[in-house]
Amino acid sequence: MAKQKPSQRISEFETIETAVDDPEETVLSIDGVSKEYGREKAVEKLSLSVKDGELLTLLGPSGCGKTTTLRMIAGLEAPSAGSITIAGETVADGENGAFNKPEERDVGIVFQDYALFPHLNVAENIAFGLDELDDDETDARVAELLELVDLQAHDEKMPSQLSGGQQQRVALARSLAPEPDLLLLDEPFSNLDVRLRVEMREEVRRILKRAGVTAISVTHDQEEALSISDRVAIMNDGAIAQVGNPGEVFENPESRFVASFLGQASFLSARVTNRLETGLGSFDPELLNGPIEAYDGAMIDVLVRPDDLQAMPSTEPKADGYVVHRQYNGPNFIYRVELHSGDVVHCMHNHVETFEAGQPVEVDLAADHELAWYPAE
Amino acid sequence: MGARDRLDRLRERANIANRDADEPTALAAVVLAISLLLLSPIAWVLLEASEMPTGRLVELVLSETTTTVTVNTLLLVAAVTVLSILIGVPLALLTVQTDLPFKRFWTVTAALPLVVPSYIGAFAFVSAFGPRGELADLLAPLGIQSIPTIYGLHGTILVLTLFTYPYVFLTTRASLISFDGTVVEAARSLNASRWDAFKRVTLPQILPGIAAGALLVALYALSDFGTPAIMRYDVFTRMIFVEEQARNLDAAAVLSLLLLVLAMAILAVESRVGAGRDGAYVSSGDRRPGEIQLGYWKLPAMGFCALIATLCLALPIGILGLWLVRSADATQAGFVFGAQHVINSVTLAAAAAGLCVVVALPIAYLSARGDGTLSSLPERVSYVGYAVPGVVIGLSLIYLALRFVPFLYQSLFVLVFAYVVRFLPQAVGTTESSVLQVDPSYIEAARSLGYGPITAFRKVVLPLVAPGIAAGAALVFLTTMKELPATLLLRPVGFETIVTYIWLVRGAAYQGQAAIPALILVGVSGLSMLIILRQES
Repeated sequence: MAKQKPSQRISEFETIETAVDDPEETVLSIDGVSKEYGREKAVEKLSLSVKDGELLTLLGPSGCGKTTTLRMIAGLEAPSAGSITIAGETVADGENGAFNKPEERDVGIVFQDYALFPHLNVAENIAFGLDELDDDETDARVAELLELVDLQAHDEKMPSQLSGGQQQRVALARSLAPEPDLLLLDEPFSNLDVRLRVEMREEVRRILKRAGVTAISVTHDQEEALSISDRVAIMNDGAIAQVGNPGEVFENPESRFVASFLGQASFLSARVTNRLETGLGSFDPELLNGPIEAYDGAMIDVLVRPDDLQAMPSTEPKADGYVVHRQYNGPNFIYRVELHSGDVVHCMHNHVETFEAGQPVEVDLAADHELAWYPAE
Repeated sequence: MGARDRLDRLRERANIANRDADEPTALAAVVLAISLLLLSPIAWVLLEASEMPTGRLVELVLSETTTTVTVNTLLLVAAVTVLSILIGVPLALLTVQTDLPFKRFWTVTAALPLVVPSYIGAFAFVSAFGPRGELADLLAPLGIQSIPTIYGLHGTILVLTLFTYPYVFLTTRASLISFDGTVVEAARSLNASRWDAFKRVTLPQILPGIAAGALLVALYALSDFGTPAIMRYDVFTRMIFVEEQARNLDAAAVLSLLLLVLAMAILAVESRVGAGRDGAYVSSGDRRPGEIQLGYWKLPAMGFCALIATLCLALPIGILGLWLVRSADATQAGFVFGAQHVINSVTLAAAAAGLCVVVALPIAYLSARGDGTLSSLPERVSYVGYAVPGVVIGLSLIYLALRFVPFLYQSLFVLVFAYVVRFLPQAVGTTESSVLQVDPSYIEAARSLGYGPITAFRKVVLPLVAPGIAAGAALVFLTTMKELPATLLLRPVGFETIVTYIWLVRGAAYQGQAAIPALILVGVSGLSMLIILRQES
């Protein structure tokens, strides 16, 4: 299976979007926020803004500060420095110590384990945050949300009687009920099994778009981030490494960290002359994204992903390297190839093309897009 | 494979199947016999009531004494339960969910009053606040001649509350700790204030925990004998004892019957609450909601904890210390506490513990391994000791022995049997929970390696459940040491234990000499609490 480009994937969603009043309006703005626990810095001088109706994902390895950031937006943690503004109101400011409690912010949260109230049924859970409405209005709103998340028949059930996917829908409906300015989703799919996870990604995106809500989700799963988000912010060590739409960050990672976090990245070392001299032969520098002139004569590393490379069985001395490992994924194989130049690259092949370990191969660069590169370290 | 071979194999298999079928039946028969014996105290009460002429029965039930005693008992149970909730729940909240300084210390002091047997607590309170007590002595030079009496309803309520509220504290604390904090965060993100979130989310979920503790308190207050007796407050337990001493057998039986009905009612409510707890209401998780900042309330909160700790711990232990100091320079008079009392107590307790273990194992095994309600029935029956107050067990065994086995009357055998009936639930509980932790496939593995069912049990199950059995034995041993009413009623003439010594000394007002035995019992209770805590962790 050739990997689809994420930018194409998103257009595949059939979503009915609720019109957003002003798509240029900034709903959330985080300015230079830091959070320290004792000496430990969880988040450092993080700035970010999210526009009305946008779905942004904070993506990063565990411990990168993404959940802490989410909890500070919610008001469950107070920032040590910096300010957070939601819908024009400054809700936390490290300068003057201003801090709005969670109940004083119009922010909804979908928790990782959903945190449904076990003593209340589905309808009562959804109605929990609706205490400003009268009974009829509450009933109407609950019915509306049950319809939105497609659980009309389950309003009387207790949370323990629901499946994981249904619990998540209730959690979503409950947090959307009071019409929050901003919805936060904390690792929303991590408690679901793999099949359901893929299904719920589409479902959640559909619901969020139909509700027209601005949302921030947090995950360490790159596939999830790329598939549901309008924009992805990749975090590392308490700071944002890169923000952009999924296709942009996947194709043009600005740093090695981002590159290696997205997809199974390998780096091909190359000397820049008027051509690129690599372990796979020489290539036209036009293949790279961005101007290379300044690096004439220097070494660079070119980002190559498994789908950019093709291996062909060969014999010495024509071979570029040999197969050292085979990873079987069902639909495809990923071969790890050690090149004579010393680089290690990965090639993706159809599941019927089997090579054994030790097989000498020629590797072909078969990318139909520009390649990202980084100065050699 | 030859036909002969196959036949042999079939026969073998049939054999195994037969053994499988035999074993539970034999086990069930033994267990059933034990269960019937355990039910004998209840049987006596019913027998006695049924043999009474109807007129006399009605007269006794409607008599003024019965009415007064019923009202008194209900008042006491209600007041102690309500006050225990008012003390136990705030203490649990303070020690789990707030930033109270020295939380661990206050947690221990709040749970520790359980180690003071309530009759020793009552004894200490009488000595402190009674007429010619320590407080009266202190106040007399100031010209204050009389202080409000400690005897009667309010004294009984005070003492029972102070020494039983830890049940509410512990169960509430347990449900607060297992309670998933994220739901509070969820509530607050849905714009509920801290107090709102507590009322609408936390409280409904910890309510079963509070109720479980409150029912334990109610059952304790209903069946406690020592405290009302010392505080001279007429409740069922005290009047049953009084009627027995006056040889008014029928009155004692009717009072016992009414007391049993009340105890069963409390247990029925408790089992319903327990069932609710297993149901849809559990939300457990390891996340705690953020601590509540006490701010200006820090000092009053600590004051509250300190006040309770002073009344429940410092005061009785201080009084015992005072007695100890005084008895050292007073000349020994009258009753001498000696090694014989300790030996008697230990012998009895060891016999009870040993017998309980032997009886508990088959019951627990059948209940944990058997299928269906029939096999868990004996386990249910074994809980009779939990429901029947000690004074009723004591009384009924006296008369059952006189009537059916007169040669056993006034023998230690009957006393040990009474302990087994009373404390078997503890041994069954610890044994059953350890049997449940043994994966049944271990036995299947042993059987597949060629051992018969009994050998497999001995070689595999027994070593694994041994710690549970030992814990059960230790618990029975320690609780037997401090048991009061059945010991008082059933001990052979002239046979004195630590407990009966304290009772004797109290009656004769030689308080000083009670110090050492009382301190021994406090230590013994402390040990049994340690075992319970270890079992739970």
